[in-house]
Amino acid sequence: MSRSRKLHITDKLMRLLLVSAASTSVLIVCLIFLFLFKEAGPFALQPGLEKLFDSQWIPVSFQEEHFGVGPLLSGSALVTALAMLVTVPISVLVAIYIAEIAHPTEREFLKPFIEILASIPSVVLGFFGLLVVAPLIKALFGLTTGLTALTGALLLSLMAIPTIISLSEDALVSVPYALKNASLALGASHLQTIFRVTLPAALPGIVAAVMLGIGRVIGETMAVLMVTGNSAILTFSPLASVRTMTATIAAEMGEVPFGSVHYQALFWIGIILLGITFALNIVAQRVLKKYGMMK
Amino acid sequence: MKKVALALGLLLATALTGCDSGPSQQSTPVQSLSIKGSDTMVHLVSSWTEEFMKSHPDVDISVTGGGSGTGIAALINGTTDICAASRDMKEKERKQAEGNKVSPVELSVARDGIALIVHPENPVTSLTIDQLRLIYTGKVTNWKEVGGSDTPILLLSRESSSGTFVFFQEHVLNKEDFSPSARLLPGTSALVQAVAADRGAIAYVGLGFAAEAQGKAKTLGVQASDQPSPVIPSEETVRSGAYAVSRPLFFYTNGTPNETAKQFIDFCLSPAGQKIVRETGYVPVS
Repeated sequence: MSRSRKLHITDKLMRLLLVSAASTSVLIVCLIFLFLFKEAGPFALQPGLEKLFDSQWIPVSFQEEHFGVGPLLSGSALVTALAMLVTVPISVLVAIYIAEIAHPTEREFLKPFIEILASIPSVVLGFFGLLVVAPLIKALFGLTTGLTALTGALLLSLMAIPTIISLSEDALVSVPYALKNASLALGASHLQTIFRVTLPAALPGIVAAVMLGIGRVIGETMAVLMVTGNSAILTFSPLASVRTMTATIAAEMGEVPFGSVHYQALFWIGIILLGITFALNIVAQRVLKKYGMMK
Repeated sequence: MKKVALALGLLLATALTGCDSGPSQQSTPVQSLSIKGSDTMVHLVSSWTEEFMKSHPDVDISVTGGGSGTGIAALINGTTDICAASRDMKEKERKQAEGNKVSPVELSVARDGIALIVHPENPVTSLTIDQLRLIYTGKVTNWKEVGGSDTPILLLSRESSSGTFVFFQEHVLNKEDFSPSARLLPGTSALVQAVAADRGAIAYVGLGFAAEAQGKAKTLGVQASDQPSPVIPSEETVRSGAYAVSRPLFFYTNGTPNETAKQFIDFCLSPAGQKIVRETGYVPVS
């Protein structure tokens, strides 16, 4: 075997190894979807998918079991929407400050703190919510209990803020200098340039950042399970108790008789959840790609 | 695509060859025993285990919670030796066991009373079973309707996955559904916390937990429809069955237990074992 031939083979093997490593993630995603459908499948035949459109979620009952996903979807939607209302303005303003205004030393000081916020375990946040945020909400609104959708949303915004800040900041930094300089040359002030030129130019990136933030929030489980009270009510009041899809799976999966209708219904919730996060991610990636912000 | 499949095969192969043979055999054979199931019983079973292992150093027992349903599922799937359950096996589960060639043997090892706890400042001291049913099904929403002050009732419950939830639903709610506005909390300690924090709250917890929560929460007396006066849950009233909301706690094994499991179960039923039952806040069976 000649030396060049040997090299050629090693090259090929190396390539193969890298391709295999790269393809595992694709395979895993496909396998997860496949597995979910395999477990959830029988529900479609017996009792039928229309059961998922019931208006109630009462999985354990001596009367009649209800597997309506509506209240859980609305719960997840409500908590996520509230979290975003809090998160987006704060995150974008912080990102603007870090990207455009902050002194380099300030930036070095701020960024690690934001990273730390991202790394707090959600159980710890849940405890914090139970002992600090819930009593606060209760006192503030004069409620009987602080276990509400709003409490969950506030905790979730703490989790989404770091994600959205760092991605928005990337978007702002990648706006070409020529644009900013042109604006400044035309006599616009620094702030005018930020809000009329840089921010609009970075908007697609910020939109994508928000979408990824939503994906992060909607899939969060533990912190929400601890503080939202978990009543499966169809409501859009921030001060009511809600049950999110993630909390439902986490709370019920451990006990559910294997292979039962209830078990399959939980898998349907999983499919819906995965579908939502999957779609959000795809759209966000598209937006980023279109505006050339993918790194 | 062919390339990807080939690559995956390669990856698997490397993963498999990377496996190490297990640890070397220990000199003394250690008997291992796994007990899985009810969260209510974890504390009790752990205490039994500690005491039992003192006198049997050659036995290694692992105790895991997760709920009665999890324990029963584990017994059916053959992944646990003993299942601890705070409720009867359901018909569905018995059928599944049959399908898996598992024949569950039931043994009552202790009794538990489910106490109703409210905020210490709540003037109500007792409720009838009927009132409890009306409260938990959402038909009564204010304490003034059951002789208390004018405060909205905050319903607290365990998650539907807990054995306590099912027991309560069957025996107190007369198999009706819980009110949809009941707050479902993961775990008993969260319930006690929530009751301590809210004046209008009511929750149900195991007798042992109610004793521990003294000061943070007040235990209510319960009056069944055929009783002249309310009964406060205590060891006496639970064992005699005078206290209405009580239940047996079970061990399930697959067929007759093996030697190690049998030794352990015998210990649990012995006077020393039943003393531990009393110490952990439950009620002895013998």
